[in-house]
Amino acid sequence: MPELNPTQNPVHMRHGSNIGQPLTRRDGILKVKGQAEYAADHHPKGMLFAVIANASIARGRVTSLDIAAAKAHPGVIDVMTSSHKPKLAIDPDIKTNPFVFRMEVLQSDEIRYAGQSIAVVIAETLEAATEGAALLSPRYAALPARVGLDAGESFEPPVVGVGNPTAHVHGDVEAGLAAAAKTVEAVYETPPQYHNAMEPHAVVASWDGDRLSIDTPSQAMVMARARVAELFGIPAENIQIRSPFLGGGFGSKGFLTGPQILGVMAARLVGKPVKLVLRREQMYGPVGHRAPTRQRLRMGVDGDGRLVAIDHHARTVSSSYDDFYEPAAGASHTLYASRAIRTTHDAVRVDTGTPLFMRAPGEATGSIALESMIDEMAFACGIDPLDFRLQNYAEVEPITGKPFSSKALRECYAQGAARFGWDKRRLAPRTMRDESGLLVGWGMGTATFPALMFMAEARAAIRRDGSGVMEIGAHDMGQGAWTALAQIAADGLGLDLDKVEFRSGTSDLPDGGIAGGSAHTATAGNAIHNAGAAVIAKLADLATKDERSPLFGAGNTGVVARDGRLHRRDDESRSESYADILTRAGLAEIDARATGAADPAAQAEYAMHAHGAVFAEVKVDPDLGQVRVTRMVGAFAAGRIINPRMVQSQLYGGMIWGLSFALHEEAITDRRSGRIMNANLAEYHIPVNADVPALDVLTVDEHDPHVNALGIKGVGEIGITGSAGAVANAVWHATGVRVRRFPIRIDELLT
Amino acid sequence: MKPFDYVKPATLADAVAAAAQPGAAYLAAGTNLIDLMKGGVSRPDRLVDVTHLPGLDRIEHLPDGGVRIGALVSNAGLAHDTDFAKAYPAVAEALLSGASAQLRNAATVGGNLLQRTRCAYFYDTASRCNKRAAGSGCDAREGENRLHAVLGWSEQCIATHPSDFCVPLVALDAVVEIEGRNGRRELPLEELHRLPGETPERETVLEPGDLITAVRLPAAARDFAAHARYLKVRERTSYAFAVVSAAAALQIENGKIKDARVALGGIAAKPWRSRVAEQVLKGATPDAQNFREAAQAALAVAKPSGDNAFKIELARRVIVRALTLATAGTPARISALPGSPFAANSGALHA
Repeated sequence: MPELNPTQNPVHMRHGSNIGQPLTRRDGILKVKGQAEYAADHHPKGMLFAVIANASIARGRVTSLDIAAAKAHPGVIDVMTSSHKPKLAIDPDIKTNPFVFRMEVLQSDEIRYAGQSIAVVIAETLEAATEGAALLSPRYAALPARVGLDAGESFEPPVVGVGNPTAHVHGDVEAGLAAAAKTVEAVYETPPQYHNAMEPHAVVASWDGDRLSIDTPSQAMVMARARVAELFGIPAENIQIRSPFLGGGFGSKGFLTGPQILGVMAARLVGKPVKLVLRREQMYGPVGHRAPTRQRLRMGVDGDGRLVAIDHHARTVSSSYDDFYEPAAGASHTLYASRAIRTTHDAVRVDTGTPLFMRAPGEATGSIALESMIDEMAFACGIDPLDFRLQNYAEVEPITGKPFSSKALRECYAQGAARFGWDKRRLAPRTMRDESGLLVGWGMGTATFPALMFMAEARAAIRRDGSGVMEIGAHDMGQGAWTALAQIAADGLGLDLDKVEFRSGTSDLPDGGIAGGSAHTATAGNAIHNAGAAVIAKLADLATKDERSPLFGAGNTGVVARDGRLHRRDDESRSESYADILTRAGLAEIDARATGAADPAAQAEYAMHAHGAVFAEVKVDPDLGQVRVTRMVGAFAAGRIINPRMVQSQLYGGMIWGLSFALHEEAITDRRSGRIMNANLAEYHIPVNADVPALDVLTVDEHDPHVNALGIKGVGEIGITGSAGAVANAVWHATGVRVRRFPIRIDELLT
Repeated sequence: MKPFDYVKPATLADAVAAAAQPGAAYLAAGTNLIDLMKGGVSRPDRLVDVTHLPGLDRIEHLPDGGVRIGALVSNAGLAHDTDFAKAYPAVAEALLSGASAQLRNAATVGGNLLQRTRCAYFYDTASRCNKRAAGSGCDAREGENRLHAVLGWSEQCIATHPSDFCVPLVALDAVVEIEGRNGRRELPLEELHRLPGETPERETVLEPGDLITAVRLPAAARDFAAHARYLKVRERTSYAFAVVSAAAALQIENGKIKDARVALGGIAAKPWRSRVAEQVLKGATPDAQNFREAAQAALAVAKPSGDNAFKIELARRVIVRALTLATAGTPARISALPGSPFAANSGALHA
């Protein structure tokens, strides 16, 4: 261990008094009553409305806009175009760091994808701005659109995901396959998918000189603030971003998007506050999406049904102008032991908005292919799919040989299977029916997601009245950060939750980091935990050095903080309240800051992942092909659970998304125009209540001493992995038809 | 949104006069029209709000045993009218299989008949669409057309009519009452919608100013109440348009089909009554062989309009299943998943 980190020995804390409680959302009543203010709810005095006009071609350039017609429309104030706009301080296409993605902010007349912003109409009313945008009647010089996984020459990208190697080779896959007793090979396809957060991207921007106030949903406020600062050439401290609530993000609000910057530019242009809110169909382009994939898997087993080779190749797409590559084949790195594993990627460029992070990027797409292939191999071997997974259980991380920091996957398999009744499954497909003759199928999948941590900072204070404050610019996307992080704060301060003022959701607070990668609770939580420890240490210092205190001479590590008092560790009867300590010292409050981040030494030594096992039952009409999921059980091991209710809810959401991946979601792109033809929630199907059965979530006890001081692994994304494959495998088991193009559709099941 | 005039006439005559002018459109619940206006698909100059016209929101049981449903009765109001649902169960089942609870509470009977196609190329104003802009072409024909028509389409248009409600209505000989510039008239629902032919922009036989005031079901339609079902295959369990649907209604006497009604939804520009299938069934025994024969007859003239050949076989199977369900008898209660293949054992509390 490098230096003494107070979190490594959290002696002052009593875990479980707040952490571990299934509290309901502290912001729940606000939300139910409509009092939680989302970005678009703001309406500063004098505010104008901005509406984006979108390109209807996917490639080419704008040759003319009828600006006069738009301006002549009553209520229209101005039309922002590539030749009439505030000057930006830097070219928005310059990637100033790896976390900057290119955006369209009217920097040229070039069109990179259908739906790209080509002008912004600013008006006194939303209706006038909307009609003004319609009146622009753009003309184009169009080039043929490039659409789909075979749109052009493929190439090997330099990296996939965030800096992951494009190829990974462990052992000799070809030799393994050649020597295998049995091999299987299959190609799976996954479609483009869009986040479709309930809350559209919205921005309300107000300039005051070179000071800027922005209400906008963000999963990373400080990063967003830095981007605004560099684009507009103003100091970051001049910018205040407020993002107390997000109506879902799922990765689409991780980076500030072009439309949000356009709102800020529009406010600059007209010198008044401006609101810009995307319509649903405008969210299919500039805010990222999950790229389509075509994955070829080959597997070989020896005579005992043990994997000797896994070969996983993923083809994906990126945009014509930026780089993000869905790291789908990476799913094969961690789950199943095999002497040889090879993962590779290639890509083509298409005329699309750049694909980006969407809940479990890479893991979700890779998981449905891998779990389907495992199912196919188990059947080829005549082995139950759970038994097959158990006999190929990875005791160490297969691709690196590192031990796992913790891995309770066996318990997940066992508890999930028991709850589901898996032992009654018949091996052969199309052999189970219900009382009304519907085909019944049972399938399973293994879930996994890395336990990541980023960097965050928090400030803790204790006030003379005995109450506490915790400040962190964290992000509540609906996952429950207001609640779970406040629970950690209360324990960190040794106070009851109602004695802690938890401040969050604005960019002037200490950097809460990124709400992404399933790492927010771990990262922000550890910053909070450390800040609590630091302020308690200061308080203890005050007390133990003051001869008037009953704690005098107890030494810094000799006290325990509990219920607003410090107690001597060796004599609990000797204690003093926070209020008394501060009053005597003549201090209004005492504060401290601390950070939370990954421990590189532990990361070098251990592979850190959450795991789970998902079991699904589907029913399929044998003649009509319609599918319905009727049961799902998910058992997950993700380290320490801060709030079981929030965690259950996250896992429900993930499992439903997995169901959606297998059966529903697909952006349908016109292969000629590159336009998305179902950019609305009536036709882009996600499950409705009637599609979602009673879900059963089990959280398996898992203590992880290495992953971070609080032992948190994160649950934001793991639920979608495993689940999609479980549903797909259940459809096969019900029907005997292996569908390898997702989502599974009625057409393919009409046998 | 394009600015428009809004008028709220007090009488039917005033409404007809106001709507007869070019660029006018009737507004009832607006569950379809407002979306179309927001998307720039429909750009009316004047909306004639008919929601306050008197006398159009009643369900009247007529002395001859038939029923007259006012055009402003909501979908939910009609489906949950106990007497109506008992007499015309397939109609109630079709209504409850459509849209969402919120939409059904708002959407009206008249509006349902006149809802526009869900063809994506009709909604996408950058696409060519002969229905939206006459003579511009049809981008659906060579486009993403997996869910398009397999019956009655033309090279000019392959769109389908999305209504569930209309399918059992057309099977049961519903009649549409219309108030127009030349007074009141009526016509069979089967004649209301037009097939696209060379003029897909003309979706119905209605003239400017024509207002549907009521839909009537004849007394004879009650005779099918014991054996009447609506079956709707869709890509999620609720809140989705039909891939294919069918209404099947039978009168069974002494083990033989005395009379039969069959209509399909989701496969043509109009609710598709299949009289050839009905002919096969009349006098036959209600068994699988005859149902299959009827289904073959119903789809005999079907042909794919694109990547949708599967809908032809699916439609045959949907007819067979709907007839099988109808033969088994109308359930005492409509399932929590109305019209769904999973209706019988859904375990669901609501859809």
